Amino acid sequence: MNRYPLWKYIVIAVALVLATIYTLPNFYGETPAVQVSSTRQSIPVDTTVMGRVEGALKADGITPDGMFLDNNSLKVRFHDPDTQIKARDAIQHELGDSYIIALNLLTASPDWLTRLKAYPMFLGLDLRGGVHFLLEVDMKAALDKTLERYSGDIRRELKKKDVRYGGVKHIGNTLEVQLRDPETLKAAEDVVSRTLPTLTQTGDTTSYKLTLTLTPDEVTRIQSDAVKQNITTLHNRVNELGVAEPVIQQSGANRIVVELPGVQDTAKAKDILGRTDTLEVRMVEDDQAKVNDALAGNVPVGYELMDEAQPDGSAQKLLVKKDVELTGDNINDAQPGFDENGAPAVHINLDSTGAEIFRQVTAENIGKRMAMILVEKGRSEIVTAPVIRSEIGGGRVEISGSMDPAEANDVALLLRAGSLAAPMTIVEERTIGPSLGKENIEKGFHSTLWGFAVIAVFMMIYYRAFGVISAISLGVNLFLLVALLSMIQATLTLPGIAAIALSLGMAIDSNVLINERVREEIRNGMPPHSAIQAGYDHAWATILDSNITTLIAGLALLIFGSGPIRGFAVVHCLGIMTSMFSAVLVSRGVVNLWYGRRRRLTSLSV
Amino acid sequence: MEFFRIKRDIPFMSYGRLTTAISLVTFLLAVFFLITRGLNFSVEFTGGTVMEVQYQQAANLADIRSRVDTLKLGESTIQSLGTSRDVMIRLPNLHNKSSAELSNEVLAGLSAGGQHVEVRKVDFVGPQVGEELVQHGLTAISLVCVGIMLYLALRFEWRFAVSAIIANMHDVVIILGCFAFFRWEFSLTVLAGVLAVLGYSVNESVVVFDRIRENFRKPGMRNHEVTEIIDNAITATMSRTIITHGSTECMVLSMLIFGGPALHGFATALTIGILFGIYSSVLVASPIVMWLGVSRENLIKPPKQKQEAVV
Repeated sequence: MNRYPLWKYIVIAVALVLATIYTLPNFYGETPAVQVSSTRQSIPVDTTVMGRVEGALKADGITPDGMFLDNNSLKVRFHDPDTQIKARDAIQHELGDSYIIALNLLTASPDWLTRLKAYPMFLGLDLRGGVHFLLEVDMKAALDKTLERYSGDIRRELKKKDVRYGGVKHIGNTLEVQLRDPETLKAAEDVVSRTLPTLTQTGDTTSYKLTLTLTPDEVTRIQSDAVKQNITTLHNRVNELGVAEPVIQQSGANRIVVELPGVQDTAKAKDILGRTDTLEVRMVEDDQAKVNDALAGNVPVGYELMDEAQPDGSAQKLLVKKDVELTGDNINDAQPGFDENGAPAVHINLDSTGAEIFRQVTAENIGKRMAMILVEKGRSEIVTAPVIRSEIGGGRVEISGSMDPAEANDVALLLRAGSLAAPMTIVEERTIGPSLGKENIEKGFHSTLWGFAVIAVFMMIYYRAFGVISAISLGVNLFLLVALLSMIQATLTLPGIAAIALSLGMAIDSNVLINERVREEIRNGMPPHSAIQAGYDHAWATILDSNITTLIAGLALLIFGSGPIRGFAVVHCLGIMTSMFSAVLVSRGVVNLWYGRRRRLTSLSV
Repeated sequence: MEFFRIKRDIPFMSYGRLTTAISLVTFLLAVFFLITRGLNFSVEFTGGTVMEVQYQQAANLADIRSRVDTLKLGESTIQSLGTSRDVMIRLPNLHNKSSAELSNEVLAGLSAGGQHVEVRKVDFVGPQVGEELVQHGLTAISLVCVGIMLYLALRFEWRFAVSAIIANMHDVVIILGCFAFFRWEFSLTVLAGVLAVLGYSVNESVVVFDRIRENFRKPGMRNHEVTEIIDNAITATMSRTIITHGSTECMVLSMLIFGGPALHGFATALTIGILFGIYSSVLVASPIVMWLGVSRENLIKPPKQKQEAVV
């Protein structure tokens, strides 16, 4: 008798129900939407923003299909693209520049599916159109920059301690300090080990030369920091493009992938990514008479009125001198942290030139305010305007005062945005137009559909009832594969669709093996029930072997492949697994349901 | 319905010399073309810029060529892509220009004079990426081979592992040979196809090997020669071989017909791979197994002798 124990049927049923749920979102299509998110942590997107958006839309007579908050962003759905664009303009007008307002497409699947975390398949750029960049960070430049900073630090410290030295030379990955005698050498070693403990020192007692080398750990840290900082900077810049779901991530040791779905204007995208924002430090004029004059519309010569963004999104006018004291080129790093009282602060690290200028400026302007201004594309914004309390030397600046940790984070980020840790070059670029993306989906879909139909019809004719069962299990395979891809949200690309088609073409092998075996056993004179049993048993060993060898090839592709190969490999590997499940477990289940209960089975339709 | 009712085993092994000779000749030809003509690598490997543009009417290739040539951007290739309206323009890497400038310049050149041109796709690959891809591709191929050989050696025996890999590499080299002979573009997607063939073709050999092993174990087959056992295994799996490959081929052909230019290379590689896969697993892998001297003892482990000892 061919019966499955109940649990096997339950396993199949559960798999099918889960697969149905996760496949469903793919059928609902997409609706146009507007996505509102914030550029800064200190400006949350919350119910207040939602209220403002609602009000603005109502004032313009636009009724949204729905809106919801999700991960610090607000998504508002609309019925058609025209309303979507009108709504975007209305929202933009209401919220101003502190928010990113982007057009997006959202899945139209019902809420209960979204709550179950069932989303449609995540389509790659070649299917939805957009730009892909691969940027390479110049690691040598990152190291050089750090070493330049260290040599400045060493010069300053040696001067401070009155250690006389011949010079600091920067050779490859090392710094060489020429000293005069054993005493100065010893003193220099002390200074370095106190201020820059991460450097390895080798002192030459005959020529009095101190060689400083970066430890391998330090080199790795500098490089990974450089990539991280560049990623942050890129995030900042991409925000301005108003892309709904940008992907910016590290790829390998020194590369960054930037994917901007939906962006067509590559020239603009590249312009923004490669832009050099600058940071300027200028003095604030607090003389009330002059400020009042300026506010009345009579700005004094050599001054400029600027907005200082407040945490609540409003702006306060400040009168700022036009003379630039210091630029972002002199800033090495800015990190959020805490001051000695435990209040949130931003720590800025200046290079040697910057440190000297900063010392002078602060010495002359105690009690006044200085503005740190981010200039991007002709638009200037005051990041912060702290009061100078004392002369600050040494290049280590701390800004603290009325800010919370989120604001400290934002300020540090904006200060860093002024400079890239190391220059980057674009090493790969792909642009796919939206019409091509749509066509690719269609073509991939048609190939799979027609191939599937031909195979299914052929199987049904050739193997009759067993062929129908094979076709069912092949259908289940496709179904499970789509469900799995939607569930794990793997990126589906055109090679991925090819892999779906190929997996189906290859999966039929297992069914053919089984059907041929069953036929053979019957030909050898076995009774039907034993023939089913023996057919499946014998075929299983072969199916396992052949699938494992294919899986080995698939895994190697997954590990070593990049770009299109990886997209292919992911789906291919998943397809092999679902095919084993459906060809063996599901098809046997159907056979058992069909034939299992018949006691007097005299023939099989195979 | 049944296509293959073969009453008597077909003596495949007696054709062994002939079939391997054919294989050897095809293989050597493929190697010859690979060396003399070389593969026509896509920009993904060589670095450079590829643009795909679409015209509203049929494109005039000669006009486009002259327009691009006047820009003096080095040696460019211009060809139509699938339809008469789609054109592919391939440009080499230039040191003094970024890809954005390059593609904008070309677009400006093409649309000068009121022509309406839509950019469908721009691919730019820097030279450093290409070298890496070749490296990774080679690593992937060798890793696949080692992995498959290890698995087959464990599951079967080393003789099977060696002959499966020889049969496989034969398929891969022949696909590459075809791409070299016809100067078809060899892209990353084609490489994925080639590597998929590697897995697929082994799959085929495994099915035959499985049968050979089973036959060796069958009590009824005890008195048969090794050649007879292999012939019987191949004949028994013949039907399945044809049906399976036919089905997979249907899928691949469907991709070739409906998939458009993006999937064309991939489907071509698989079509050739599948055809040679059948041939090589039946008529190359099995004779090699035979010549390597496979015997019943290789596959059936002798029962362990009980060791008794008195201490």
